[in-house]
Amino acid sequence: MGKKVLMKGNEAIGEAAILAGCRAYFCYPITPQTEVAEYLARRMPEVGGTFLQGESEVAVSYMLFGAGGAGVKVFTSSSSPGISLMAEGMSYIATAELPIVLINVMRNGPGLGGILPAQADYFQATKGAGHGDYHFIVLAPSSVQEAVDLIVKSFDMAEKYSNPVMLVADGMIGQMMEPVELPTFDEPPSPYVKGHEKWATTGAKGRERNLVKTLFLNPHEGQDHNVKLQTKYKEIEANEIAFEEIDTDGDLDVLLVSFGTMARVCKTAMESLKAEGVKVGMLRPISLWPFPLQRIRDLADKTKLVVSVELSMGQMVEDVERAVQGKTPVGFFGRAGGIVPTPDEVKDGILNLMKES
Amino acid sequence: MQNEVVIAGFGGQGVLSAGQILAYSAMAEGFNVVWLPSYGPEMRGGTANCSVVVSDQPIASPIIPHPGAAIVMNNPSLERFGPAVKAGGIIIINTSLINIKCQRDDVTQINIGANQVAMDLGNGKAANMVILGAYVAATKAVSFDVLKATVREKFARKPQFEELNMRALDAGFELAGKQM
Repeated sequence: MGKKVLMKGNEAIGEAAILAGCRAYFCYPITPQTEVAEYLARRMPEVGGTFLQGESEVAVSYMLFGAGGAGVKVFTSSSSPGISLMAEGMSYIATAELPIVLINVMRNGPGLGGILPAQADYFQATKGAGHGDYHFIVLAPSSVQEAVDLIVKSFDMAEKYSNPVMLVADGMIGQMMEPVELPTFDEPPSPYVKGHEKWATTGAKGRERNLVKTLFLNPHEGQDHNVKLQTKYKEIEANEIAFEEIDTDGDLDVLLVSFGTMARVCKTAMESLKAEGVKVGMLRPISLWPFPLQRIRDLADKTKLVVSVELSMGQMVEDVERAVQGKTPVGFFGRAGGIVPTPDEVKDGILNLMKES
Repeated sequence: MQNEVVIAGFGGQGVLSAGQILAYSAMAEGFNVVWLPSYGPEMRGGTANCSVVVSDQPIASPIIPHPGAAIVMNNPSLERFGPAVKAGGIIIINTSLINIKCQRDDVTQINIGANQVAMDLGNGKAANMVILGAYVAATKAVSFDVLKATVREKFARKPQFEELNMRALDAGFELAGKQM
């Protein structure tokens, strides 16, 4: 790791993609992530890469498909309504098993909503923005450093599984500055995805042709492809569940489940809850898909209440309920519209839920 | 140890860059730090603010509804953030542009005529440096030497401002020191 630098989240995200070897970035501007595009508009030409602003997010999603299909490491960033526009391309990219990386710096919705922080794209990210049985790997950073680390990891995961990886952050992480240690490599990572020669469409002169496709008119071929995808998803579920646990030793009065910016507010709220004698722990999912179902299930055995705390009207709570399987009461605390609750509001919300349960 | 400050004023008064310089100084001293700008729908000619949290521990919530200190550069900033500062905290008031009273009697108020001091030094734009020097004198959030070194480094490409900036920091530091 290198020396610490103070960077704005959006700029650090752009730099991390370059450090991971990415030399192709396509985008369409949207607040609150436009600084990623602004930063890479300057940086990509400096490193011999391609920066291209598409005519729309739909076009960008097919630029990702094209570049990904040619075996290069490709990246985009957008925010909620922009991701909705990319949804068709995402289904195609997942079907074609292309190793692309993207980040959704979420804003508050639904609709155009507003530009303030939210986590209401949880369903969109983890259950599939587009059509069909597919999954992106979905990762949620809660600091600028973690955003950098997860971007680099995402390119590795995309390559390893031939699967798209999506990060979900929010405007807070995009806009704030924190010290980061940018990763250093003995050998700079290649701008090409390892092993792409076997499947990428790079020109078939002198070899068998490769085919990147999403159309399966033969139902048996279509089913086989679905089974192949599901087998891969099972492998990802077995290997890539990631989370942070805080103060989960011993029996608990309440277990919080929270990710991203919301989890940081929860950490401060936990201190005030402890001061009032509440035994509180937290599990912070880092991978939203695959989701840490089993670990939450295990922790549910030793807590009186599980509360999902989100910047939404209640989305991840459905996965928390799926994890807990009715063993323990599950509560929800959330805010929407771009409001980030203060630690005291979270504390009061948790205390109320404890009284009700 | 955790110091939180919100710095607020008109767009163009350098409140965001003052916060960044504080953040760079804190990082140079090995502290954890978060710089968070106000972002959202803002009016042209409206107010800008940022908050800076400096801590020797990992920083949990970057959102601080009740900071230990506020630096307010104009009337609307005092009206908005004056009531937010926690009891026993510090409010640094730019008396060059603020003509309303701060109604708090449970905080330390430090009055600095930042624009006037900066203009007397030759350039009103250094008002943010005056007030930053005052903040560091009042809170010791970072070392004053590190703060000055950081300003020198950040303005390395504009050496013509170095002396002005140093004198502005010194002036604010001294004026606040006398009120502590």
